Amino acid sequence: MKKQRLVAMLAAAAALLVISAIAIIVVRSRAPQPVAQAPLTPYAGSSGAVTARSVGDGDDGQWTMAAKNFASTRFSTATEINTANVSRLKVAFTFSTGVAKGHEAAPLVVGGTMYIVAPFPNNVYALDLTKPGAPTKWTYKPRPLSAAQGVACCDVVNRGAAYANGRIFFNTLDNRTIALDAATGKELWQTKLGEINLGETMTMAPLVAEGKVIVGNSGGELGVRGWLAALDADSGKIAWRAYATGPDKDVLIGNGYHPFYAMDRGRDLGVTTWPPEAWKQGGGNAWGWVSYDPKTRLVFYGTGNPGPWNPEQRPGDNKFTTGVFARDIDTGAARWYYQTSPHDLFDHDSVNEQILLDMPVKGRMREVMVRPERNGYFYVMDRGTGEVLSATPFGHVTAYKGVDLKSGRLIPNPAMEPREGQVVRGICPSAPGMKDWNPAAFSPLTGLVYIPHNNLCMDWGSYEASYIAGTPYVGADVKYYAGPGGNRGVFTAWDPVRGRPVWEIKEDLPVWSGALTTAGGLVFYGTMDGWFKAVDQRSGKLLWQFKTGSGIIGQPISYRGPDGHQYVAVLAGVGGWPGAIVSNNLNTADATAANGWGVAMADLPQKTTAGGMLYVFSLSR
Amino acid sequence: MSSRCRARLAALAALALLSACDREERQSRAQPVPETLPTPRQSILQPGVPARTAADPRARAYENNSYQMSQGQLLYQKMNCSGCHAHGGGGMGPALSDAEWRYGGSMEEIVATIDQGRPNGMPSWRGKLTEQQMWQLAAYVRSLSAQPRQDVLSSRPDAPSSTEPATLQSRQPVVPSSPAGVQGTSR
Ligand code: HEC
Repeated sequence: MKKQRLVAMLAAAAALLVISAIAIIVVRSRAPQPVAQAPLTPYAGSSGAVTARSVGDGDDGQWTMAAKNFASTRFSTATEINTANVSRLKVAFTFSTGVAKGHEAAPLVVGGTMYIVAPFPNNVYALDLTKPGAPTKWTYKPRPLSAAQGVACCDVVNRGAAYANGRIFFNTLDNRTIALDAATGKELWQTKLGEINLGETMTMAPLVAEGKVIVGNSGGELGVRGWLAALDADSGKIAWRAYATGPDKDVLIGNGYHPFYAMDRGRDLGVTTWPPEAWKQGGGNAWGWVSYDPKTRLVFYGTGNPGPWNPEQRPGDNKFTTGVFARDIDTGAARWYYQTSPHDLFDHDSVNEQILLDMPVKGRMREVMVRPERNGYFYVMDRGTGEVLSATPFGHVTAYKGVDLKSGRLIPNPAMEPREGQVVRGICPSAPGMKDWNPAAFSPLTGLVYIPHNNLCMDWGSYEASYIAGTPYVGADVKYYAGPGGNRGVFTAWDPVRGRPVWEIKEDLPVWSGALTTAGGLVFYGTMDGWFKAVDQRSGKLLWQFKTGSGIIGQPISYRGPDGHQYVAVLAGVGGWPGAIVSNNLNTADATAANGWGVAMADLPQKTTAGGMLYVFSLSR
Repeated sequence: MSSRCRARLAALAALALLSACDREERQSRAQPVPETLPTPRQSILQPGVPARTAADPRARAYENNSYQMSQGQLLYQKMNCSGCHAHGGGGMGPALSDAEWRYGGSMEEIVATIDQGRPNGMPSWRGKLTEQQMWQLAAYVRSLSAQPRQDVLSSRPDAPSSTEPATLQSRQPVVPSSPAGVQGTSR
């Protein structure tokens, strides 16, 4: 008996050995020589900023979350495509999503598979990168409610999925978070988190860490009360949900809450800084980016604009809208909060990305987060305490007079304050801000942050908004137009240490795409008329460009394919808030179309058409 | 000039005067309301010989009356139609000031859209608005593409706005652009 079992076991082990040997041979034959990963040596003249050590880059050629890593650098260590050879970049393959709406998502690449979440109806596609032409491996259709399209403020976009432990996590426009088996596309769980009849939608890309899926809602233009939630990655059960308004127990503010500035301290500020009951439809939605520091187990994210836009209807600071939270990932308890725009006047949401860096501040290395903010200031903050170390305008600002570093308060320009029955002109930056959601990238080679952004000013006329659940709650007629210089967009290389631009590229249209940096010394971004560009990180020199079929507002990524070669991928498909002029076929004779883009985007229909296509590039061989 | 001709002229002048009054007319007492709202066809394909849909008599009454239209303008802002459709240019909802209609641009069709809602995110306002208010709104919606008579169009918005008054807009034809459109939309 015993002997028999032993023999069987030995046979099994031998079989296993043979199989794994075959596997090794197969892998070898497919990936003969992985791209040499040269050790990163910063250029002479680097700003000195480096990616936060605590989040370690650990680049293995994959792209498992929209922002690349917990520090949100969007930096790829691949060097095969570089400044010397990028002119040979050619299309490797394409894929149509069949949706002609705004494509804001980042594709993901894990192992030999690419994953794409398309705009509404949010179909998920898995493409097999090991086969020529990357055929579809599986498709998952979540079939969201079609009525959800009516409450999506700014086109029916989705900003991407996240991968962890063999699972793909993503949000649907009708407020579900869904987990799929990455290998088969089989649904593992789904959790409904919100209600479209209240105007709620979900568009953000989840962040997955420590077995938790972090997600937030959208709806700041419909008086939706904002929240950020953590779901258990295995079961989809809600572990915690932290609201942006209301009593401390809803905001998850307790004994561990230590904001740096006095203005953010007090009891139940989420109630007391509002007119009675107004916090219930007060906005503060977490529809943007989340970063994570495993060393302190803190998640960082920002909250959106208060509702309604008309500030006269909500006297007070309107906590905890338009600010940054640091929360414990296990409990959701708030560690600190900093309000970037107390009593927001101009729809200046605070949801932009926070890039976690270690960098010298006044001669001392500090653990910081940097935030190119919608209100026009580039914030450098201590990520442990929420202290603002510097806040420097990175474009033309008339709306504010600066940030008081003692009190932490943003100083509004009284001449620009909106009043009912009056049109205030020449407010810069406009409501979409100096920079909207589209994320910047960081390069440890140069120590610079590459910011895709706007150069827009606006006229604003407030009127009283009535709150009807599930309909817009805005109360302002606005009109955007180009700022000084006449260009509506800018791509800026920003030195976070010295607090100044190193170079900038003026773009005709607002830059609504994300940025990607690579160890090949390149930075990639796209324009709303469909040019995908590669630029030298050091000089800003345009080295390569390609015209896609529709305007680009997506997030470019880079990965190493199963063949060992480097690829760059981006989704083209105009839309989003400004691009809705094209994707929703709006009438630009009305300046207030798409909440103010009518005039600013009047030429867009001549410059691009709607579409939805993935483009993947590699060096011609 | 013959006397018959003179009589005709007088009659014409009286008619013109009458219709001018009619445009300003307000209803001090509520109109009797019929049982059901119009539910127009959703397809131009009608097997056999197409049947003609009878026009609702209220369509002309509301559309050619500047009081009803200005009430519609007020409601358009107060009920947050403007939030989704802007001042006709559109946003979350489609443009209402252009020549393209997904569900038809006649008074009856617009009232049906407001009453029933539409599948891709147009809320149903049944029970939230009275029938009279829906007709008023429909009259205003048609003014966004300058459909009604010029002399009843609104020459200014109620709130500060960056948009042109309807009287300065050029009339957009009402053509259903999608298969969902309905026949006989222009009057
Ligand atoms: C929450 C956003 C929202 C609100 C509020 C809203 N609409 Fe709409 N509306 C839509 C959407 C989305 C559609 C397109 C529906 C579809 O295609 O199925 C639409 C369609 C329409 C249409 C049909 C257009 C066509 O091309 O056929 C009309 C007319 C209209 N709305 C009028 C109104 C009026 C009047 C109000 C105010 C009482 C209003 N809407 C309020 C979102 C909204």
